[in-house]
Amino acid sequence: MSDGLDSLYREIILDHYKNPRGHGVIESADAEAEGQNPLCGDEVSIYVAFGEDGETIDEVKFSGRGCAISQAATSMLTEMVQGRTATEVATLDKDELLEEIGIPLTPVRLKCAMLGLTTLKVALHKAKGTPLPEGIAGFDELDLK
Amino acid sequence: MAVTAQTTKLDARKLRADFPIFEQTFHGKPLAFLDSAASSQKPRQMLDAMREFYETSYANVHRGVYQLAERATAALEGSREKVRELLNAPAAREVIFLRNATEGLNLVAYAWGLNNLGPGDIVLVTELEHHSNWVPWQYMAKKTGAEFRMLPLDEHGELDLGALDEAADGGNVKVVATGLVSNSLGTINPVEKLVAWAHERGAIFVCDAAQAAPHMTVDVQALGCDFLAISGHKMCGPSGIGAVWGRAELLERMEPFLLGGHMIRSVRFEGTTWGELPHKFEAGTAPMAEAVGFAAAIDYLHGIGFDAISAHEHELVSYALDRLAEVPGLTTYGPPADRRAGIVSFNFDDIHPHDVAQILDLEGVAIRAGHHCCQPLMQKLGVAATNRASFYLYTLPEEIDQLVDGLHKVKKVFA
Repeated sequence: MSDGLDSLYREIILDHYKNPRGHGVIESADAEAEGQNPLCGDEVSIYVAFGEDGETIDEVKFSGRGCAISQAATSMLTEMVQGRTATEVATLDKDELLEEIGIPLTPVRLKCAMLGLTTLKVALHKAKGTPLPEGIAGFDELDLK
Repeated sequence: MAVTAQTTKLDARKLRADFPIFEQTFHGKPLAFLDSAASSQKPRQMLDAMREFYETSYANVHRGVYQLAERATAALEGSREKVRELLNAPAAREVIFLRNATEGLNLVAYAWGLNNLGPGDIVLVTELEHHSNWVPWQYMAKKTGAEFRMLPLDEHGELDLGALDEAADGGNVKVVATGLVSNSLGTINPVEKLVAWAHERGAIFVCDAAQAAPHMTVDVQALGCDFLAISGHKMCGPSGIGAVWGRAELLERMEPFLLGGHMIRSVRFEGTTWGELPHKFEAGTAPMAEAVGFAAAIDYLHGIGFDAISAHEHELVSYALDRLAEVPGLTTYGPPADRRAGIVSFNFDDIHPHDVAQILDLEGVAIRAGHHCCQPLMQKLGVAATNRASFYLYTLPEEIDQLVDGLHKVKKVFA
């Protein structure tokens, strides 16, 4: 395997892709949103259940389809945000997720990697009024005019 | 018509030397460029023509009375004549230069559609369309109260002509908009039949030939269509130039699309009158050097011959379909080789096309992965995206071998 391949599709990415954490649907979730990547038509839905305080994320699940990068990134994200509050996650820096992913991404693949996080932030915005993320194209259900 | 002269086979290896882009390597490997359907590479002859125009003949066209402006005008109008000849259009004034086929199709949708569509009318597109000949019509139907309908595909990825009459049921078909060659599946559509059907109902036929013009002879009179759009960048020309051809009697009755300088006859506070064709539709400074480059590209393609280009691509598609059939888990879409241009769309197991394309890139293979601006088609195929390999006059069979070898590497990573 060449170096490029080794670094892009490193073991942890393939592991999260093949065995995604938090894959599924939460029925009657406290927050949810659907996001699309206009470049490839991929879709992801994110579901959030809050704990008793109504603020702390108790569970996050996701469904949909996408490439290894988007699926692995979303899988990692579900582990990362568990136990954080909606406000914390709304301002979560994308670099924190990128560090976890740990591979060099071209601008196109960056959009794949960010699909889950962006969708999660939209879900929190809809449920809690937290700030919207940058670059929200593709979220048709929001009336952003 | 004469014809039947033996088609001279093109020598892709020799032609490749005309394309400077192939002089580099990517990730240490020779470039297997299998994405010409998105945009073709550029021959030195075209690049030289643009440079020469800038260096010897550049000034703003029309109104200037000095020699240089006349030279530039002659170059622009000479390019228009080249496009007329390419499309076998009756008159050069029916050829309008724009940025690309998309802009040409928007011109038709706005300048014709806005004043000719209304409630009770049907706008018919197909499930195979590129967004460029789909979205403007969907939008214009909504704006005018017309009904937007879609002709479905059959199980072979070809237009289901049997469903035509049903598509016209209960309304007045005013526009049929169809591509000549599908950018996604490569399907060559039976446009003549669709034109005849449209005209029987008094509808106009709008042809997107962006994917056809690089590969085959496109003759607007033989097709019988009413409007036809092409893009220079897909056929060895520069980006930023395309053309739409329309029947003069329709263009003359249409209002302008873009307004401003050059497209007027007289401007008064009380009102403005429009210029003659094609100027009525060419507001602002024209893409002059791009038009010159476009004309040089057309000369280049004529020098090779469209029959030779079609035959070469046909061979490559047959070879690609055979080689891809050897790869376990690979599904190809679209019609058999004899009914398609140099395009093969496929999926590989359940590996996402982005991942396939990314790993292929590391092997020096450039393909496209995505919905190819054909989301309605992707929906029909039941996929979010496909991989697409596309070929042109400079494509070599070993590039297809490089693709197949790369696919085996993809399999290893995702095994």
